[in-house]
Amino acid sequence: MIPELGHFALILALCLASLQAVFPMVGAHSGNTLWMQLCRPLSAGVWVFMLLAFGCLAYSFLHDDFSVAYVARNSNTLLPVYYKFAAVWGAHEGSLLLWVLILATWGYAVSILSRDLPLDILARVMSVMALITVGFLIFMLGTSNPFERMLLNTPAEGADLNPLLQDFGLTVHPPMLYMGYVGFSVAFSFAIAALLTGRLDAAWARWTRPWTNAAWAFLTVGIALGSWWAYYELGWGGWWFWDPVENVSFMPWLVGTALIHSLAVTEKRGVFKSWTVLLAIAAFSLSLLGAFIVRSGVITSVHAFAVDPERGMVLLTLLLLIIGGSLFLYALRAPVVKGTATYGGYSRELFLLFNNIILVVSTATILLGTLFPLIHEAIYGEANKVSVGPPYFNTLFVPLMAVMAFFLGVSTFSRWKRTSLQHLWQNLGKLLTASVVLGIVIPLLVTAHFNPSAMLAMALALWIALGVVADIWQKTANKASRVDGLRSLSLSYYGMQLAHLGVAVLILGVCLTSHYSIEEDRRLAPNESLTIGDYEFVFKGVEERRGPNYIADSATIDVLKDGEFYLTMHPEKRRYLARGDVQTEADIQVGFFRDLFTALGDPRGEGAWVVRIHVKPFVFWIWLGAFLMAAGGITAILDRRYRTKRVRDEAAVPAVGLKTALE
Amino acid sequence: MSNRSKLFIPAAFFLVMLGLLFYGLGRDPSHVPSALVNRPLPEFSKPALFDENQNISSDQLRDGIFIVNVWATWCPPCHVEHPYLLEISKREKDVNFVGVNYKDDVKAAREFLEQRGNPFKFNLVDLDGRLGIDLGVAGAPETFIVDATGTIRYRHVGVIDNKVWAETFEPILAQIR
Amino acid sequence: MHSARKQKLYIVLSIVLGAAVAVGLLVVAFNEGLNVFFTPTEITEGKVQPNQNIRIGGMVKEGSLVREGLEGTRIEFVTTDYNADIPVVYEGVLPDLFREGQGVVAEGFVDENGVFQARQIMAKHDENYMSAEVKAALEAAEKRKAAGGISQ
Repeated sequence: MIPELGHFALILALCLASLQAVFPMVGAHSGNTLWMQLCRPLSAGVWVFMLLAFGCLAYSFLHDDFSVAYVARNSNTLLPVYYKFAAVWGAHEGSLLLWVLILATWGYAVSILSRDLPLDILARVMSVMALITVGFLIFMLGTSNPFERMLLNTPAEGADLNPLLQDFGLTVHPPMLYMGYVGFSVAFSFAIAALLTGRLDAAWARWTRPWTNAAWAFLTVGIALGSWWAYYELGWGGWWFWDPVENVSFMPWLVGTALIHSLAVTEKRGVFKSWTVLLAIAAFSLSLLGAFIVRSGVITSVHAFAVDPERGMVLLTLLLLIIGGSLFLYALRAPVVKGTATYGGYSRELFLLFNNIILVVSTATILLGTLFPLIHEAIYGEANKVSVGPPYFNTLFVPLMAVMAFFLGVSTFSRWKRTSLQHLWQNLGKLLTASVVLGIVIPLLVTAHFNPSAMLAMALALWIALGVVADIWQKTANKASRVDGLRSLSLSYYGMQLAHLGVAVLILGVCLTSHYSIEEDRRLAPNESLTIGDYEFVFKGVEERRGPNYIADSATIDVLKDGEFYLTMHPEKRRYLARGDVQTEADIQVGFFRDLFTALGDPRGEGAWVVRIHVKPFVFWIWLGAFLMAAGGITAILDRRYRTKRVRDEAAVPAVGLKTALE
Repeated sequence: MSNRSKLFIPAAFFLVMLGLLFYGLGRDPSHVPSALVNRPLPEFSKPALFDENQNISSDQLRDGIFIVNVWATWCPPCHVEHPYLLEISKREKDVNFVGVNYKDDVKAAREFLEQRGNPFKFNLVDLDGRLGIDLGVAGAPETFIVDATGTIRYRHVGVIDNKVWAETFEPILAQIR
Repeated sequence: MHSARKQKLYIVLSIVLGAAVAVGLLVVAFNEGLNVFFTPTEITEGKVQPNQNIRIGGMVKEGSLVREGLEGTRIEFVTTDYNADIPVVYEGVLPDLFREGQGVVAEGFVDENGVFQARQIMAKHDENYMSAEVKAALEAAEKRKAAGGISQ
């Protein structure tokens, strides 16, 4: 009964979403207030029924209802309860359900949180979002119904969840990632509404910014979690592989980053308008492209879902309608929203334009690298397969990011409209010298080794970080006290600086890990040891250990630091019983300045095993940086500016009173 | 180029990419027809699943229509497909189902069929995957329709369920009956 | 007006400069990052230069994997498309999905002795499907066999 209820809820959600796609939009064009107002209850309805459908699928998983084909394929009675729940989005059908649920959630959130949005704009935005929901619901019900039953002969036991997915990081990763992907649909819908009405002003940008920031922050966390998962679960010690699936999540992030900056310019200065609209369309389009590439099997990748050309065809049609339609609309209507203001040389606008160009060019190179195998086959025939490896991406991406990091530091000190070179130099001269000198001296002192790329990275990170500090110092200089100064700065300013600091931390993490990691694959017999830096790893041997749904070869490695016992590590090789899959579980001792990483390879006879041992300095900073960036995005959303109207209406006087009371 | 037509560049770029992706879909491996369709079933002689001492050879697959299903216990889609095969084999009396147990643990395969029912008239073991290669099998499950002359008429990649059977297998069977 | 024109000039200049650098980098990047895919048959036919950076794909031949009795972390196995065999040598940890009788893709180069020196091993298969690259290799070999059969 429950699966049927879920199926029914999906159909009802589709009906309501269809109404929501039509009536508010038509109402907005004909000025019918009642029809426009329908968007709020309808979006609440869609959200409730999507939630119900999701709950039904979760219920079927938790109760081992293997008559549901999707449950039978992705769960097992032995699976721990937590993973039974996470298995709901463990494969194509369920993750699609989660996708649409999140889309409905964003829609509902916009409808209740945008009280000060003019009704006709809200109605259009909600209709566009509903249109996307309709498309994906039709796709789900038509080709990938998660509630499909196998009533003929219900299997007694399910096939189990892919062991790679039986992990905390990967259970949280998809929801976060989807929050980001799907969150860009809000900016997208705002952009379409702007194109339809021709109204694109500072207010429009102010409405769009918090939604974009939120989506971007979620995507940042989602990508970071994915990379963290790859780091400790794939057993390789790498954290980014330029795999097509990683690339398709990275591209919307890059364009989303460009969008955030371009929106800032549009809000403050009223320029870059049609560019901003194009970026908003592109960010969501790239998210959809990602969904397509992952789910159609067009490009082979380790993480891709099962290949199904029929699904691919339907998704491709959806892409054509949504992206093609919006780009066509853009081409017709963009002149209407063009900006009129001008800006001079070395203005902040110009530097943000640089930022945008670099981000878009980076996206284009990644897109080219990801699709190149397909292009090559299309030209030279199917037999000629090529693959594009990490060297391609690194060669292009690293210099681009270095240039961007440099401009990031400059633009912090630039002003809107026009900045004199003299002003820039006054502020930046000392900083530049300091970061270059420190960037060279610090690595030299610590490692006693001349490594130009590590030094460049260090200098760039310092350049950004020192710039952040110097800017805050300057901005607080003219106030009665520094504390007053700090208090007078807005949350969106702090958000920006926090995110930029995150960039500096990320650069340090990425570069120092890449240059100073020591990685050894070594065959070790029992009681043999390997010394890396201050650490000695003593291999004690391997024992068999039983887990809830697997049997593991579990190694014991004692780590000595400077000759004294430090800790014991237990990397494992697990064999999952239901599928017979083998899974390497690395053991990682996470530290602020370095990680110790051990993973178990293959047995080599007489108790000897190949063991992978890494000492990775600053690898933690990669995720710390990403977290700071996301936190910056969220901080900026909390800025009072985005709630000005309500603050003015309700609490203007008490707020002042409270502030005085606090002082 | 006028300012106006420049605005169509993103749309044009997108359409080119869409064309590429469309090509990519068409190139999908599961849609490549088997080189063996309309060719005779390759000759083989393989041990029977339930009696290792007995061989089943391609000569025994004559006089009638055969559905050769390549399966294994390690393949989850085979578990999904199994109940459908059971039901279909009970219904379609004039078709002989042949199970090729592909690169599997023989004991596990026996238990599987004993516990969940055996849809196959013939069960043979392809431990080394040689027959799979001769058949051009890429994975499991795959299913072949062999007509009364011993010619392969169709290759299906992936799970057979009632929909696939009604939409794909029945028309072909109707043709060759 | 003057500043607007100047600004336009800067934008054009920066775009041109950016494009030039980008094209240069692109060429370098493609040279380094592009791996052409070959099958064991193609390698035995001499289509590959020694020490050229390539990818090879095929099945891991049953019973060919040697990991005991070798120095250090070295392993050896044979990859085959059932038409030609290429021995592969690799140092390091094999991926979880690596198994005899399953598809494998390796990155590296063929040395003077015709042995493939793998830098990286990727075993990309799931229960239902193997990598499209491996499948293509096997299909090519099959076609070749079929064609050979006709001409004999």
